Parts: sequence; structure tokens; C-alpha cells
Amino acid sequence: MDAIQTRKLTKYYGNARGIIDLDLTVKEGEFFGFIGPNGAGKSTTIRTLLGMISPTGGSARIFAQDILQDRESILGKTGYMPSEAVFYSGMKVRDVLKLSADLRKCDCREEAGKLCGRLQLDPGRKVDELSFGNRKKVSIVCALQHKPELLILDEPTSGLDPLMQREFFDILRERNREGATIFLSSHVLSEIQRNCSRAAIIREGRMIACDSVEALSRTNARRVTVHGRVLLEELEGIRDKKRTENSVSFLYGGDMNRLLQVLASGEVWDLSVSEPDLEEIFLHYYESEDGEKEGETA
Amino acid sequence: MTLVRHELKQGRTAFLIWTAAVGGLLAVCVFLFPEMKGEMEGVSDIFSSMGSFTAAFGMDRLNFGTFTGFYAVECGNVLGLGGAFFASLCGAGILCKEEKERTAEFLLAHPVSRRRIITEKLAAVLVQVTAMNLIIYAVSVGAIAAVGEAVPWKEINLLHLAYYLLQLELAGICFGISAFMRKGTVGTGLGIAAVMYFLNLIANIAESAEFLKYITPFGFCEGADIVANGSLDGKLVVIGMAVGLIGVTAAYVKYGGKDIR
Repeated sequence: MDAIQTRKLTKYYGNARGIIDLDLTVKEGEFFGFIGPNGAGKSTTIRTLLGMISPTGGSARIFAQDILQDRESILGKTGYMPSEAVFYSGMKVRDVLKLSADLRKCDCREEAGKLCGRLQLDPGRKVDELSFGNRKKVSIVCALQHKPELLILDEPTSGLDPLMQREFFDILRERNREGATIFLSSHVLSEIQRNCSRAAIIREGRMIACDSVEALSRTNARRVTVHGRVLLEELEGIRDKKRTENSVSFLYGGDMNRLLQVLASGEVWDLSVSEPDLEEIFLHYYESEDGEKEGETA
Repeated sequence: MTLVRHELKQGRTAFLIWTAAVGGLLAVCVFLFPEMKGEMEGVSDIFSSMGSFTAAFGMDRLNFGTFTGFYAVECGNVLGLGGAFFASLCGAGILCKEEKERTAEFLLAHPVSRRRIITEKLAAVLVQVTAMNLIIYAVSVGAIAAVGEAVPWKEINLLHLAYYLLQLELAGICFGISAFMRKGTVGTGLGIAAVMYFLNLIANIAESAEFLKYITPFGFCEGADIVANGSLDGKLVVIGMAVGLIGVTAAYVKYGGKDIR
């Protein structure tokens, strides 16, 4: 069964674009990445799926249930961690966790205690006094304490220190092994690459790619770094060019023979050709074609 | 009931402050009466001959020298305004506070229907307004007994009932408005209560503006009318309750399908 399935899901805020014709499928048990820069429509997608905002068009189902008609049932199986971790003023951490558990009509004290221990979160502290990172931990416990079948995480690691990020992903991987589906929205590509099996890339409200992380990372383009003097003016297929004093580095997706010819005609002191990482692939998807064909001399 | 308990806890400080303030002021007014009683005949003559000012507060139709007349004017204003402000504030903030304080994503990520959120928040408002009125009623009766005056039960009951109904109407209106808002609550609540209060003053002063009594709930809380008639104006009360219900219905309709950001 699909954990999440959207069909031409569309959301406009008045005339402003949210998401357009989003077709997304996340299989049950997947660790799925949702990639896009700020304003691309990631949070709009999530809020629509959770019924906080109504879609303008299209439809979506979670565990084969309609997001509009079966909202409460869906939310009962879902844990959500918003990008902002804001709670009611004046409450202690344990009160927030209890409120969350009570709203779910379940006793989550044991699991909440375990999670607080692993994340080094003091339940006796007032939420107003917590740092952003510690408030994020409260969000994590709220999202996980009822052991949901689907976890939707919106930029979950911002504010968490590296040790806590590691612990957090350890917990997520454990939950995933136990069968939970994880939908991780992020613009930190390294964490998508390390943890997710599949990912979708969203740009200006539209999904522009959806595949296994391995396939998304696989590309004909190569990261080429040249130390020396080379004339790149007539070389086509250059992207993401970075220049230093004596070198130039670029993503090259054009004809390899032509590249070798151009390099051979120049003065090359050192050369490296490597596979780009997901970060570079992401830029590859996002960069416009404009201004990338001009020549360059390093 | 989880949300009702949560809202009551969240509103506890405001509830205690407003109840103490209104109840305290009301008790002080009652305690002042014995001292003023001897001078009241003269004072009553002065108050009843101040033209529009006298009419505005209904003092042309009430004997300020009697305890009932004094209570209907002085205490009525304290309870009327204080209660109206509190009820309006309660209603105006309750549905939009999650968006204002950015806690909406926390609340709406839980398996709670919008209808249940509205119902439990409305219940929390009603509990607070009712509790405040019961406490103030008890304080008031206690203060009257303490100063040795006979409690004019019928008038006191009618006056307190009228102000309770006024608060319910204002809470209902503000509850409806809060469903449409994303920010701003204190100004809206206080503004609506103050506007309603002054509409009634205008209706009292100018005969041509008497229709305003059908708009403002202070119209059916006029102490002079209640004491003189020995009853509330049923027509005005029905209109007021209908307006309050429209506010509540609007909240269900709007909040039920609202995009919460």
C-alpha cells in the first residue's frame, strides 16, 4: 500500500502559487526525502496533506484514506514535526508532551521518557526557557511518542547540534526498520543522501524529479577541476562554475571528447574529474541555463 | 475535554485578575453605600438634574438614594463594563490565538476535528464567563449582607442575569470574529465592548437614536428599565441571543474550512 499518494495536488493562496499538479507516491515503509529550497512548496505540500490547508485542486490519500474526509484517522497514525517548534507559553515540557498524548487519547509516558532520555531533554523545564534546539527536541518527542506509522518531518534538524542530529537519525532509522514510513522534507541534501532510499525534488511548486537517491545522484555530468590556463569559451554544457586564482571548477555535462580537446589546447598543471554529489545534482536541477556558456580562463 | 482543560489553564491568570478586579470594585461600591446613604437625597437631586448625563446613565428614572437605585447605576456600570470587556477578550482571542502565537501546527497535527476544537474552545469561554459571574454574584450578595442592607433579590437577580446574557452575546460575537482573524485580539475585544457600551449611552441621550438599543446588548441591561419593570425586555434579549448565536454559527462555518497558517 502507498503511504502517501497525491494526484495533481494543487494549492494556490489567492493568486500566489503554492504547489501545482503534484503527483507524488511514497510507499509504505520507505524513508523518503523531499528536497527543495525555501518557498518551493515543501511546507505547503505537508500542510495540505495534514489538512491544515485545503487543496485548490487534485486529491491526496494517506494509507488509502482521503486527506479531507478521513483527516482525524490519518492524523491518528501520523507524527508531524513542523519546521518551527513553538508551544503554548507558560507550559513545562512534560505538560506539552501530556497535552499531545491526551489529544491522541493515549498514554505515552513510557515512550516519552525513553525519548527524552536519548535526546537529553529535561521534562521539568518550561518551554519558554528552552533554546531553539531544545524546543526541536520537544517537537521530536511529540511526533514520535505515540509510535506513528507515518512520520512527516519538515526541516527537522535545524537547530540540533551534530551529536543530537546523529541520535535523531538513529531513532528514525530504528523506527523505519520497525516499519514506519518516513517523509523527510529538507534542503540539507547530505542528510537526504545518507538516510533516504528515494527522493523527490520540488521547484517553484512543481515536482521536477522523483527517483531513488542513487538514481538521482547518477548523472553524466562530472565535476571538473582544472589548475592552469584553459580557454572554456566555446565549451558547451558547463554549469556551476567556481573560480579561484589559478583554477576553475565546473559541472560538465557536454561531449567528453570536446572537453579533452579544449583541455589539450590549454596549459593544464593539474586536473581532477569526479562524480558530483547530490548537492551538485540539486543545483544542476535548479540552475537556469542563462549565463553558463560564457568562456572562462583560469 | 482535553482542550477545555487546556484553555482554562491557559486563561487562568486573566480570569483571576478580571474576576478579582470586577468583584473587588463591585464590593467597594457596595461598601461605599452606607457612607453615601445620608447624603444621597441631595446627591440624588443633583444627579437627576444633569440633563443628558443623567439620561445617559438612566439616573432620571432611578432613585439614587435607594440601595436598588444605587446598585443598578453604580454597580451595573462596573459589572457591565468589566464583564463585557472580559467576555469580549475571552471570545476574541480564543480561535485565532494559535495562528497569532504560531502554535497552530502543534494543535492541528493531532487527531482532533475542527468541530471539536471549536466546541471545546466555546465551552471554555462559557465556563470562564459563567464562573466569573457566579463568583461576582456571590461577592456582591456577600457585600450587601455585610453592609447590613436587605438584599433586593429580584432586582439583583435580574440585573446579574441581564449582564450575564450581555456577556454571552458579546462573547458569541467576538468568538465569531476570532474565526476570521489571524492576529490582533485585545484591541478587537475591548473595542467591540466599548462601542456597544457607548451605543447604549447614545440611545439613552437621544430619542432619535433609541433604535440603537436593538443593536447593543447594553440595551437590555438598563438598570432603570429592569428595576421599574421588574423584568428584562424579552424582545431585546431574544435579539441579543440570536446575534450571539449568529457569531457562534459563523465561527463553525468559517473555522471549519479555514486555511490555518
